[in-house]
Amino acid sequence: MKLSTKRAVTAYLFLALPLVFFLCVRLGPMLYMLAMSFTNWGLLRRTVKFIGFKNYEVLFADPVFLQSLSNTARYAVFGAPIVILLSLGIALLLDSIPKGKGIYRLIYVLPYITPVVAVSWVWRWMYQPPPLGIIDGVLGALGLPAGEFLNSPTQALPSILAVNVWVEMGYCTIIFLAGLQTIPKEISEAAKIDGASDRQVLRRVTLPLLMPITFFLMVMEGIQFLRIFTQVYNMSMQATGGPLNSTKSAALYIYQKAFTNFEMARAASASAVLFAIIMVVTILQIRFFDKRVNY
Amino acid sequence: MKAHHRARRWARALPAYIVLSLLAVIMLFPFVWMISSSLKDVTQIYQLKLFPERPTLDNYRYILFSTSTRFPHWFLNSLIVAVCTTASVLFFDSLVGYTLAKFRFPGKRIIFLLIISTLMIPTEMLVIPWYAMIRAMKWVNTYWAIMFPGMISAFGVFLMRQFMSTIPDDLIDAARVDGLGELRIFITVVMPLVAPALATLAIFNFIGNWNAFLWPLIAASKPAMFTLPVGLANFSGEAGSDWHYIMTGAAVAMAPLIVVFLVFQKQIVKGIAMTGLKG
Repeated sequence: MKLSTKRAVTAYLFLALPLVFFLCVRLGPMLYMLAMSFTNWGLLRRTVKFIGFKNYEVLFADPVFLQSLSNTARYAVFGAPIVILLSLGIALLLDSIPKGKGIYRLIYVLPYITPVVAVSWVWRWMYQPPPLGIIDGVLGALGLPAGEFLNSPTQALPSILAVNVWVEMGYCTIIFLAGLQTIPKEISEAAKIDGASDRQVLRRVTLPLLMPITFFLMVMEGIQFLRIFTQVYNMSMQATGGPLNSTKSAALYIYQKAFTNFEMARAASASAVLFAIIMVVTILQIRFFDKRVNY
Repeated sequence: MKAHHRARRWARALPAYIVLSLLAVIMLFPFVWMISSSLKDVTQIYQLKLFPERPTLDNYRYILFSTSTRFPHWFLNSLIVAVCTTASVLFFDSLVGYTLAKFRFPGKRIIFLLIISTLMIPTEMLVIPWYAMIRAMKWVNTYWAIMFPGMISAFGVFLMRQFMSTIPDDLIDAARVDGLGELRIFITVVMPLVAPALATLAIFNFIGNWNAFLWPLIAASKPAMFTLPVGLANFSGEAGSDWHYIMTGAAVAMAPLIVVFLVFQKQIVKGIAMTGLKG
């Protein structure tokens, strides 16, 4: 056998098992799910029939699904930009101090490393109505009105969103800080010698150079918030996305359809919709930022 | 003059320090409050005091040693799942990364693109078919059911391929001339060379699997097979107003990660900064 053929055989042997894995555990199930969304598939049903777009029609006529979509949009539209603006501000502050960057960075990233289930329950405890919850306790001590937080249909979603902001901020801060440290100091110094003020350096030099990172984080955080599940599951009453479905995300809707109601095909069509939304948002962001990043 | 200059620099940074410190308090407070609550008994839990008057370890005794909770069991389950998946990911991801970086064979590009494209499929889209799969295969309530989706990670393949391409070909060829088999070369020559990358991958994979919630929630229906996050969610949902127990359970679920975090803080910060790794 020729040496190059022998090497190629070795390569295929090394890749065989992993390829089977990626086909059977990732791509195959994905296609299976898409196919099943056009059938009447259920765990208790013996025969599976092709029913066209019926599941999608029923899905988009379901007010709970529509609400879960609009909730998901709210998580992403408010969550991702808030995380990014806050962490950008923090990274700029961290970059400006002479000492102690490391310890602050360590403190900020701690929520990101800890289990989401655990922090969700800690926040749920802090959000409890008076006299139990510490947040209302502090508000009361300051003479401010108590918040209803997780018990109110209008405040529950922002309360859960805030926790996810608190979790994700450290991650984004580290990446922004790493980006800031790659900007050569000569550039901003040269701008200053040319008479630029600190604010001008920030607006004309630093921020434009951070655009690629901002774009990367927008995509990552956008996806993160579109997929929100664990926080909602653990912080809403009986894990159902309440009160009155006001916090239910698309991912939680899919979970309930599939594993509480066992309507597998309906759930499969809902996941196909969420997947399409994630794809479209990601592609739009890439398009939009491509135009602005190439300066 | 120099001291004067330095003093001015510190004075200018003062507002930044104040803002950053206030923020640090907000970031840390939930953890402090959790620990404080876990040290209070049922008569003190509703007092909004940061330092309990009569701190007690009874809650920890209940969570860890009482026969009515299964926390030690869940702890063990999480450990088994996180260690096994991490070991598998380290081996297979570096093997695939190595092959894609160092071998020439037809179809290499297609295979790489195929693996990378799976990165775009979120877990939420796959849990339903996975569930159908473990039911059909009778895997429900086994460790394997919880672990199998995480045995290889596409992101890890991508990462390892980058690191593998920095290894000089001469080193591998020299080992071949010495008559070593290809698998031997991979394990004894190549893997030690990428040890730092493997360490980073291991830490993030461990954290990710320890914290995973959605799939373990679906794959295990028996309390004996719960991982720690699933157990904690279940326990807390049933504990009602026993917040002193819930906070103790949360503290127990976090403890190993805080240890991992403190020991490997440098690698974690560097790992995020360099690669955008997500746990």
